Order: sequence, then C-alpha cells, then structure tokens
Amino acid sequence: MSLLGDVARWFADPEHWQGPHGIPVRILEHLELSGLAVAVALVIAAPIALYLGHTGRGGFIAINVANIGRALPSLALLALGLVVAISLGLGLGFWPTMFALVPLAIPPIMTNVYVAVREVDRDIVDAARGMGFSDGEILRKIEIPLGLPLMLAGIRTAAVNVVATATLGALVAGGALGRFIVDGLALREFDQLVAGAILVALLAIVTELTFAGLERASRTPGMVAIR
Amino acid sequence: MTPGEPLIRWDWIGSHIGEIAFRVGEHLELTVIAIVVGLVIAGGLTFVGLRVPRLYPPISWFSGTLYTIPSLALFSVLVPYTGLTLLTAEIGLVSYTLLILIRNIAAGIHSVPVEVRDAARGMGYTPRQILVRIELPLALGVIFAGIRVATITTIGLVTVTALIGQGGLGYFILLGIQLFFSTPLIIGALGSVALAVVADGALVLIQRTLTPWTRVR
Repeated sequence: MSLLGDVARWFADPEHWQGPHGIPVRILEHLELSGLAVAVALVIAAPIALYLGHTGRGGFIAINVANIGRALPSLALLALGLVVAISLGLGLGFWPTMFALVPLAIPPIMTNVYVAVREVDRDIVDAARGMGFSDGEILRKIEIPLGLPLMLAGIRTAAVNVVATATLGALVAGGALGRFIVDGLALREFDQLVAGAILVALLAIVTELTFAGLERASRTPGMVAIR
Repeated sequence: MTPGEPLIRWDWIGSHIGEIAFRVGEHLELTVIAIVVGLVIAGGLTFVGLRVPRLYPPISWFSGTLYTIPSLALFSVLVPYTGLTLLTAEIGLVSYTLLILIRNIAAGIHSVPVEVRDAARGMGYTPRQILVRIELPLALGVIFAGIRVATITTIGLVTVTALIGQGGLGYFILLGIQLFFSTPLIIGALGSVALAVVADGALVLIQRTLTPWTRVR
C-alpha cells in the first residue's frame, strides 16, 4: 500500500498550503477555537475554584464537577451544543463547537485550581495571615504562585482535550483541522484523511509539550525549598 | 430543530425503541471488549514494567502518547488499513484505556506495604503466590478505580466510533446532526451519559463484592 506516499504527496502539494482551505488557515482556525474555549472556561471556572479553595468550602462541588465532566462524551456535548446554538439562532460551525468545548474544559480546570489552592501548606498561609496579609494578598501572593504548577496541569488537560475535540467541529460545518478528516472520511480520500489526522495529532502533542514546559517553568527554585 | 418543532418527539422514541435497545447493546459490547482487552494488555505491560523497572518509563511514555492523540485522528489513521470495522474501533478504544489502567495497576501494586510482602515471603510464598494471593487482591481497590475511569471514558469515546460505522448510541447523535433532528441527538447524548452513570454504579457494586474487607462497618 502506497498510502504513506500519497500522504507525503498530499503534504507536498502547494495547493494544500494556500487559500481559505489551506493548512495554515485551518491550523489558525483550530488554535483560535481552542484558545478561546480554554480562555472562556478559565474565566468561568478559575474564580469559583479559587474562592472555594481559599475558603475551603464546597470541595464536594469542585470534585464532583470533574466526575460529571468525565462522563460527558465529547460527541454528546457537540450534539447538545448544536441543539443550544440552533435554538438561540446562532447557526452552525463556530458556536455549536464553542458550546461543546467550554463545558469540556471547565471540569479539569475547576478541580485542579481548587486542589492547587487547598494543597498549599496551611502553615504558610497561617504565617502569612499572622504577618497581616489580607485574604486577597494571601490568594495573590501565596496560594496562586504556590499552586501554579498544579493549576497549569489542569489547564493542560483541558487544552489537550479541547484541541482534540475541536476536530469534531467539522461535523457541524465548522472549519479547523477536522475539516480534512471529516471530508476525507466522507469522500474516501485517504490521503487527506490521514494527513488531517497527523496534523491534529501533532497539534495535540505540541499543546501537551508546551503546557508541560510552562508547568516546569512555574516551579520556581524557592518552591522546591519550601516543600 | 426547525422552529415550531418540539425538542423531543416522544412518538419517534416510541417507534424506535427496538433500535435504541439494539444500539445500547452495541455500545455496551464495544465498551466491554475494550475494557477486557485493555486490562489484559495493560496487565501484561505493567507486569513487564514491574519486573524490569528499566522498561517502565518507555511503557508509560508510549501509553501516554497514545492517550494524547485525538480519538478521531487515531481512528482515521487506522481506517485505510483496517477499514470501517469493529477492529478499527477497538484498536482505538483499547489504546485509550492503557494509560489509565497501567497507572492504576502499577500504583495499586506499589501501594502494598513492604511488611505484608515480607511476611508472605517469610511464610514461604513463592513470587507468583505473592502476586496472585497478596499483591493483586490488595491492589484491587486502586485497580478498580482505574477500571471505573477507563469505563466512563470508553463509553464516551464509543460515540465517536459512529463516524467509522460503529458507535452504539453515537449513531443517533450522528443521525441527529445529519437530519437536523433534535430527538435522536438528545437520545444519543443523554443515553451515553446515562449509560456511563449506570456502568459506574455497577462497577462500584462489583468492587464491593470482590473486596468485602474494604467495607466500612
């Protein structure tokens, strides 16, 4: 089978690198969709999780959100996103995919941010309070910096999941890299199908590695000494 | 989803009840095969990794990389080779169970206290007896936690295999998207969530039966 040759030729074809359906545009669409979804999820989940973690209340909620989230299959979320988007008259493509991606990204962020704040050594928090830190200062200067690696781990899980699932957006007439896969499957064009799959897989791995790097960078030498 | 159309048409559900039952069965079948095969492979790999610690990092890295690859991409790469078949679906589904299962089996066996192992050895247990009679039963709780996560994840992923002609309840989701008809969409989506919740509950019951000593009296 010369499939690999076909895929290589597909990548080599300059036509696939140009115009509104070209690879660069699809990658940008994919990144835009994923980035926005993670950002919105962060804006929704982080303040709630920080509050719950700082006050030590509602751990039950924060942990259970994650468990429910795990039971929500991506394709089911897309289906529900489609129903919501159409009911609101927002049309196909971008919005149904966003409605699917944001709920997917919330649970890992919520749980990790909550756990990250809770895991900060209570002695350090007490010491800070004794030194006259306000709640806001404790959160900003102690809990967030010390919890950052764990928070980033949650964002990493969310981001990799979102990048993977953004592919399904092509099913509801969205753009992004899923286009190549869905079209390739529909048209039985295996070169396009496999090329799309490779691009999505690479993007997911790059996302994973990027966040792994950020996570490592957020572990300052001082933190190691404290722990 | 056209205006004026109700979100759920109960008469459609009534007239398709047989098909829904069939798809639920298919969904469970795809899930059970994936978990059982995944357990066998993960068990074997973990066993190798524990015996030859040098091999554990590459095994862990391999299963981690598989897990990172988006499901649709993995299924797509396989289609030209294995077609739109059950095999394609299962290769993908099994791949995604490996990371979770390997981590939990290894963590479970590592959680067995050294003293317990030493005591067993002192009583004349062979390494195989220690594994089967001591380590595995004691690790069962942690292993079951992994099986639960893997099962819930797999039930969700099965819906995606509808795109390669399998899919269980995912079939209804795809049908709903294609026909622009919300009833099957909702049946497929809520059905797979319900299935995950029920399966998780069933696994908890099985675990309680298998590890009676963990029950709080």
